[in-house]
Amino acid sequence: MNLPGTRPRRSALLTAGALAGSLLLLTACSSSGGGGSDSPDGGKTTLTVGDFGTFGYKEAGLFDAYMAAHPDITIKEDTTTAEADYWTALQTHLSAGGGLDDVQALEVGRIALATSDALSGDFADLGKAPGVDKSAYLPWKWQQATTADGRTIGLGTDVGPMAICYRQDLFQAAGLPSDPAAVSALWAGDWSKYVAVGAEFQAKAPKGTYFMDTATGLFNAVVSSAGTQYYQGGKLAYKDSPSVKSGWELAMRADAAGLSQGLKEFDTPWQTAFARSSFATTVCPSWQQANIQKFSGPANSGKWNIAQAPAAGNWGGSFLAVPASGKHTAAAEALVAWLTAPEQQAKVFQAVGNIPSNQGAYALPAVTGFKNPYIGPDAATGQIFSAAAKAIQPAEIGPHSGDLQNDFSNGILLVEQNHKSAADAWSTTVQQIDSSVQ
Amino acid sequence: MASSTGPSRRQTWRTRLYRWDSKGSPYAFVAPFFLVFAAFGLFPLLYTGWLSLHQVSLYNVRSSRWIGLRNYTDLFTGPPSRFFWNALRNTITLGALSTVPQLLIALGLAHLLNYRLRGRAFLRTALLAPYATSVAAATLVFALIFSPEGGMANWLLGLAGFGPVDWEAGRWTSQFAIALIVTWRWTGYNALIYLAAMQAVPGELYEAAAIDGANRWRQFWHVTVPALRPTILFTVVVSTIGATQLFGEPFLFGGQSGHQGGAANQYETLGVLMYDQGFRNSMLGRASAIAWTMFALLLLLGLVNTLIARQLRRAR
Repeated sequence: MNLPGTRPRRSALLTAGALAGSLLLLTACSSSGGGGSDSPDGGKTTLTVGDFGTFGYKEAGLFDAYMAAHPDITIKEDTTTAEADYWTALQTHLSAGGGLDDVQALEVGRIALATSDALSGDFADLGKAPGVDKSAYLPWKWQQATTADGRTIGLGTDVGPMAICYRQDLFQAAGLPSDPAAVSALWAGDWSKYVAVGAEFQAKAPKGTYFMDTATGLFNAVVSSAGTQYYQGGKLAYKDSPSVKSGWELAMRADAAGLSQGLKEFDTPWQTAFARSSFATTVCPSWQQANIQKFSGPANSGKWNIAQAPAAGNWGGSFLAVPASGKHTAAAEALVAWLTAPEQQAKVFQAVGNIPSNQGAYALPAVTGFKNPYIGPDAATGQIFSAAAKAIQPAEIGPHSGDLQNDFSNGILLVEQNHKSAADAWSTTVQQIDSSVQ
Repeated sequence: MASSTGPSRRQTWRTRLYRWDSKGSPYAFVAPFFLVFAAFGLFPLLYTGWLSLHQVSLYNVRSSRWIGLRNYTDLFTGPPSRFFWNALRNTITLGALSTVPQLLIALGLAHLLNYRLRGRAFLRTALLAPYATSVAAATLVFALIFSPEGGMANWLLGLAGFGPVDWEAGRWTSQFAIALIVTWRWTGYNALIYLAAMQAVPGELYEAAAIDGANRWRQFWHVTVPALRPTILFTVVVSTIGATQLFGEPFLFGGQSGHQGGAANQYETLGVLMYDQGFRNSMLGRASAIAWTMFALLLLLGLVNTLIARQLRRAR
């Protein structure tokens, strides 16, 4: 059946088919890059919420409540554990203009970049969204998410007022007072007193225990409670910043005195150290309560307690923003306004301990009367945190504030883990900053 | 064209179609590869080269600024040069630490498996198991083994009477641990390649050698190794390329905050540095410059390899 004339024609067809196939393959690849965030299943709108760590909406049942009240809306949470990974992905998506969620969370260390000229155009102005009451938010929190030309691109979720969480049993073993009020008084007003208490603890501490998990937490706390941090007048000024200097010196002093276990925060050994009860205190922004409970486990229930930090400071806290390119920006704005309203923030606080940025919530009994059954059931946790939140000094945050915090944490680890000298570690940190800020 | 003298127009058309087909079809059949290569290989390469001449942020690729060769001069002599040279040195030491033992062990394993052994088929299949394991899974297990908090490595050292080692903090200890992961994953793969080549060595050579009184070690050294020379060269090239691009193992070894290859960059390779600059510091231009430097390095290695291969051929 192989007639001379049929073969060429058939394979010419094949040839054309192969070419067409490869072209199809290429176009298929290029067209699949768009953001497929919503699927109209039965007239319903699906809103996706991108966040990191623990925002507490699921834990507080807020998504379910919203969906029950708005039957036409389905909410999907798209969550990443590590903020750094989340931010990397978000930048890539913003740059490519696809793959974005309808709502995207922004961490405070990134907010200066997000509000800069380069990025602010990518987000909707939430200051004008219906149901948003500017005066309800902490003024400095509102200001952080507002651009130079007055557009507010993010609504504050939580803030990170700091306390000190401490192990009551270890304090008792070392002969220190263990009642929250007495412990707060030990170091009230000055971070160097905290280090002095550490020396006292270490002298009589049970074998194998340290006063603090890592000196990076101390450094960060000192910087975070100062009015001048890494930036001044829109420029990097960390070398002359008094808080950076004193934070670094205190961290070095704590390490030299052997007060710190030298763990890398959030890393696996840090997590296991909670369960092994090997350190007595950790700097405790409100969101840290969830970590302490999770990693210490039920066996250590009731052993942790909470005291005021030497000075009020803010570590962390986030915003919810709506990418302007989304398909359902109006629905997303309404969701964001609702999620950041006082009642909802109070519920999140009760569920996971994130302190509201909405001042209206501080008066709610859910916050003022809150006590953490796991950490110091008798401590006035809600009042400690809301007092700290109100006492926080507004500080200038720059585009690289978050990166610098990481670089300095790493620099202190060089001393704690790699046994470099303080001078060596400082110069490496400066080099790292010089090379990563363009 | 001589076809115009053909008997009829129809036949001419057919002949032409046939010619066109026999000449064109091969191109059409290889076209998908080259089109895909152009889209996912060549274009990114050229685009990366273009980016490497700009100051450009990850979050705003649209507004890039032309800076000529500054990314390269920065890399070699500017602020990030310390990290670049450090990463280059780590890439070389890590590459040597993992490639050399890996290939030697593979050669030995292949030689043993070439004998008639009980359960030979099973052992040969088992060789591939580490290769089939994902980098993430393997690295996770090794990170646990080398963990300072209750890791198996320190437990074994303790049994032998040595103090605990903080594996991740030291330059050599961390690189040793990472090299072990790489060696573990790739030894079996290389052993199978060697084994395949060994089976092509004619048996008469061994018989002749045995008659001459050569023991097994001498047979291996004087018959097997010379016959395997091209295969060994191939695996050296492939492993060297792999070592130059080493990324997954050192990146994941650092744990949850594992970027920059350790607090003191003690195991940061060029691949990790590139990721760090591009995706952590948002400096796409500089990351692209690192990518091109790695590319140039590989070309250089390829050249060296060609020269060695030519020498070897001449020596034979």
